[in-house]
Parts: sequence; C-alpha cells; structure tokens
Amino acid sequence: MKILVPVKRVVDYNVKIRVKADGTGVELANVKMSMNPFDEISVEEALRLREAGKAEEVVVVSIGPAKAEETLRTALAMGADRAILIETDETVEPLAVAKLLKGVVEAEAPGLVILGKQAIDDDSNQTGQMLAALLGWGQGTFASKVEPSDGKVAVTREVDGGLQTVLLKLPAIVTTDLRLNEPRYASLPNIMKAKKKPLDKKSAADFGVDIAPRLKVLKTEEPAGRKAGIKVGSVAELVSKLRADGVI
Amino acid sequence: MAILLLAEHDNATLSDQTAKTLTAATRIGGDITILVAGSGAKAAADEAAKLSGVSKVLLADDALLANQLAEPLAALIVSLASGYDVMIAPATASAKNVMPRVAALLDVAQISEITDVVSGDTFKRPIYAGNAIQTVQATDAKKVITVRTASFAAATTGGSASVENIAAAANPGVSSFVSDALASSDRPELTSATIIISGGRALGSFGKFRELILPVADKLGAAVGASRAAVDAGYAPNDWQVGQTGKVVAPQLYIACGISGAIQHLAGMKDSKVIVAINKDDEAPIFQVADYGLVGDLFDILPAFEKAL
Ligand SMILES: Cc1cc2nc3c(=O)[nH]c(=O)nc-3n(C[C@H](O)[C@H](O)[C@H](O)COP(=O)(O)OP(=O)(O)OC[C@H]3O[C@@H](n4cnc5c(N)ncnc54)[C@H](O)[C@@H]3O)c2cc1C
Ligand SMILES: Nc1ncnc2c1ncn2[C@@H]1O[C@H](COP(=O)(O)O)[C@@H](O)[C@H]1O
Repeated sequence: MKILVPVKRVVDYNVKIRVKADGTGVELANVKMSMNPFDEISVEEALRLREAGKAEEVVVVSIGPAKAEETLRTALAMGADRAILIETDETVEPLAVAKLLKGVVEAEAPGLVILGKQAIDDDSNQTGQMLAALLGWGQGTFASKVEPSDGKVAVTREVDGGLQTVLLKLPAIVTTDLRLNEPRYASLPNIMKAKKKPLDKKSAADFGVDIAPRLKVLKTEEPAGRKAGIKVGSVAELVSKLRADGVI
Repeated sequence: MAILLLAEHDNATLSDQTAKTLTAATRIGGDITILVAGSGAKAAADEAAKLSGVSKVLLADDALLANQLAEPLAALIVSLASGYDVMIAPATASAKNVMPRVAALLDVAQISEITDVVSGDTFKRPIYAGNAIQTVQATDAKKVITVRTASFAAATTGGSASVENIAAAANPGVSSFVSDALASSDRPELTSATIIISGGRALGSFGKFRELILPVADKLGAAVGASRAAVDAGYAPNDWQVGQTGKVVAPQLYIACGISGAIQHLAGMKDSKVIVAINKDDEAPIFQVADYGLVGDLFDILPAFEKAL
C-alpha cells in the first residue's frame, strides 16, 4: 500500500501573529514558517505504518509557494520517500486543495491518505472531509489510533464525549489529532539525504482545477482585546471578589 | 432564505448547542427547518420543535444514523439540499466531521466556526487561533456554515413546530460503527457550563488532577477542562481539552489552575466573562487575560479555595 500525506506550510505555532494595520491580512513577511503540526503527526503515522510493514511507500504533497519545498524536504528528512509540489502563489481554499489532492490521488492510487485535522493558520478543519467526499471514500477524522488490516482500517476518533471507533473500507481518508503519536525529529544525516530524494513539481493547471476562491475576504482585524485584571493576595480575597461579581 | 439546521443530540436529548446555532440562523434570517438525524431520537425532535422561530422539524430515524457516521449523514443532508439555501450546524465534533463532506458534495465552500453574522452572506470567523478575525463574504449560491456556539446565546423555547418523519438516504457503504467510549458524568458539559475549572501540566498526575480539581468543581457545580499538556500526559481525557484544537468555551467564570496560557489555550477560553488564574509563576502569560490572578502553589491554594466556598 502507498500512503499519501498532504502537508501545509504555515506560520510556526510559536509566532505571535500580527494583523496588518490596513486590515488586508496578517503580517507574513519575515515570519518563521513550519510544517503544520498536525501534518507532522500525519507524516509520523505514515512512516510508522511503513516501518510496521503495512505500507511500502510514503509520498508527501504540498500546495503552496515555491518555499513549500522546504516543508516537503522536512517531511523527506523525517523519512518520506518522495514529494510532489503543486506550486501556486494564490490562496487556495480547502475545497480547491481537496480537488487538487483528488487529482494526485487519481495519479498515485494510494490506499490511505493521512491529512491533519486542521491547518493552524486558517483553522478550517475541512480538507480531509472534502477529499473523502470527492472520492466517495470513508473518512476517519480526528484520529488517535489507526489500524489497517485486510482491506480495512479501524480508526479511533477523538469526539466531544470521548472516543469513537469506526471501520472504513480501504482506500480511505484519515485526519490526525494530537494524541495519535509524537513526531520524530529529522537527524542531520537524514536532512542531507532528503536533499537528493525525488521532488516533482506541478501546477494547478496540470490538474485542470479551478482554484478561484469562493470566499471574499472583506477585512482582517484584531480581536477585541482583554485587559489584564488584578492580582489578589489571598484565597479569601478571591472568593469575596467572585461573590461580589455574582459569578459564584 | 430557506435554512436547514443540523441538530446536535445524543438520540435521547437535544444539546443546547442546537439552540445556540438557531440564534445564528435567525440572524441570517429565513425559514428555519431543524433536521434531527438519529436512531430513537423522537424525544430530541420533540424538544427541537419547541424552540422558538422554527418552522418545521424533520426527523430521520434510522439505525444507520445512530452514531452520526459522516458518510450516511452527509448523504441524507445532500438529499435534502435542493430545498435549502443555507445548511448550518454547531461546530461540534460530529458536525465538523460531516459538514465539509456535505459542502464538497455540493461543490461549495464551508464557512467554518462563524462568531458573528454580518449579513445573509457575510460572516466573521477567527483565524490563527483567534489572533485575527476575518470578515468573509460567501459567493456560492448555497452556503454551508458551522457556528462557534460560545459566541451565541441559546434561542428560547415556546415554539410548536410540526415534526415530520423522513427516510434516511441510501448508505454509501464505506464505513461502519465499531464502538464508542463516551464518558457519562453528572457534571455539566464544557460547552454549556456557566463555571469551568481547568487544570494544566502542573497537576502532575491523573490522581492529583482528580484529588485537587474535582472537589472544587463539585462545590461550584462546574464543568472540568484541561490544557493540551494535561491531556497528552494522561491526567485528563481528550474531551476535556480547551483550546484552538479542543473545545471553545465562554462561561461566566473560568478558573485556570497551573496553566501557563499558551495562545492555543487562550484561543479556547479568552471570551469567558470572568477569568481566574492560579499559577506559581507571577509572569505566566495567563495573567495577561485574567481578571483575578492568584500567585502561589495550587497544591495549597485549591484545597483552601474549596474550603472557602
Ligand atoms: C497544533 C497545536 C495545537 C494545540 N492545541 C492546544 C489546545 O487546544 N489547548 C491547549 O491547552 N493547548 C494546545 N496546544 C499546546 C500549547 O501550545 C501549550 O503547550 C499547552 O497549552 C501548555 O499546557 P500547560 O499550560 O498545562 O503547561 P505548561 O505550559 O507547562 O504550564 C504549566 C504552568 O503551571 C505552572 N505551575 C507549575 N507548578 C505549579 C504549582 N505547583 N502551582 C501553580 N502553578 C504551577 C507553571 O508556572 C506554568 O505556568 C497546542 C499546541 C499545538 C502545537
Ligand atoms: N495547501 C495545502 N497543501 C497540502 N495540504 C494541505 C493544504 N491545505 C490543507 N492541507 C491538508 O489539509 C489539512 C486540514 O487543513 P484545513 O482544512 O485547511 O484546516 C492539513 O492538515 C493538511 O493535511
């Protein structure tokens, strides 16, 4: 089985982002970029399945600017076999990403596609579900355990009340949640090796997909601020403040 | 506009997230139908019919829909879609699973986790863990929307809509339910509680988390939350996680104990009315959003707090 892992280049989760003064978006110049943390978990899971003999090849794919090659090289350094970059400078919404990924799936015929549950920039939480819909495949979202066997995959999902386990026919879509695994770091020799691994470049036009956005962003603004309150000196003072506020 | 609202329920009872989503739907404006899809869910449908501002309730009652699997549920919603301009649902684990599938099958964008309705086609939604708020206008004729329920008050009851039975759509046959492990508790749910007490990495163990946090929760009638670090370490179950990638809450009172205040945690609780932080580091970022900060060791403070209540 081949596993396809879509990875997105996003602003690093440690960066305190700033909204541009003119309301046109957030400041992205000279900001540290990294692989979406959920996608690191997806790459790790795919590698573990390959190492357990349940998959033969791990292919990573990213849709984004030329610099997304760095993100793909990170995934290759973790251990992925091969990469595909669909290069574009446009903002690509989840539906268009899913359509492009469908094109990649049709060309590569993977048995499993493992995506992150959410990109930490747009916080959409859509792409995996959309790809599953376009392919007519089953979906195991928010996964904390993934167990393929006999043409099926059992996925344990993190849901609002606890956990749910579903069984999907392969090929299928999985999206990863935080508790699935702890991603490995790439070693220096592997970072060197990754530079020579194959990376295929494509464009959106190669897949005949219209990536024009469906949402018009009218404005981007700072959230309403919250001012820091006071420090209280004791438990008794805290309790009396909360009583005075009528919240306890 | 005709609006279809997907109800959140556990077959037996309707979640109050449905009534909060109804408020958002009412702000969009139009004729609102609530869809209750489940198995043995008549009681939940009857509850939905009592919400004010609802024209009709559709009840799809079928074993196939018992566990809210995305594939048959999306097929059902898509089969109804021709009659509606807007399909809307609370941003719960269940609806986050199914609604993007619906959107893609209809070839439309999904507008995720709206926090405000500007007009019938324009909405506000947080991005970057709530550090920026986007105003977006949907250009698709049909709109698929999920609602961040912490931003909307629950609609009132007093309605008397009719309940109409409908059939499930054909099963796409690619998925099946195996099992679930759902916690049942007498405590309020995180997303509907008026008071929440949350614990972080500082609690140190599963046992200490329970020993220190739960007695206070019980005294206050509070729901219990946790930071990602506490969940990852196994001190608390996954469904207690509050934050960017967990639950988003806005109770009257939020008490953060031994939580540093990473942006991913703040994203889930900074709209709470009153925030209390208990932390031994007087420079912890959580104090920047706290109305009342108490600097000290939670192992001393929490038992004293519990006694003082
Ligand atoms: C993709 C991604 C998604 C994430 N999503 C979430 C999310 O949804 N929710 C979330 O919470 N986090 C999330 N995180 C993690 C987040 O970045 C932080 O790592 C996490 O919130 C830290 O948890 P914590 O505050 O419990 O632990 P720490 O940051 O380790 O803080 C512990 C605090 O306890 C204090 N302390 C220690 N001992 C005591 C004592 N005896 N008494 C009093 N105080 C004490 C310390 O001073 C410190 O401030 C996410 C991270 C990533 C990368
Ligand atoms: N531009 C992209 N390139 C590759 N993968 C992506 C891209 N956008 C989204 N994804 C995948 O879809 C997941 C969910 O993203 P989203 O639906 O935007 O929250 C991510 O974790 C990635 O696995």
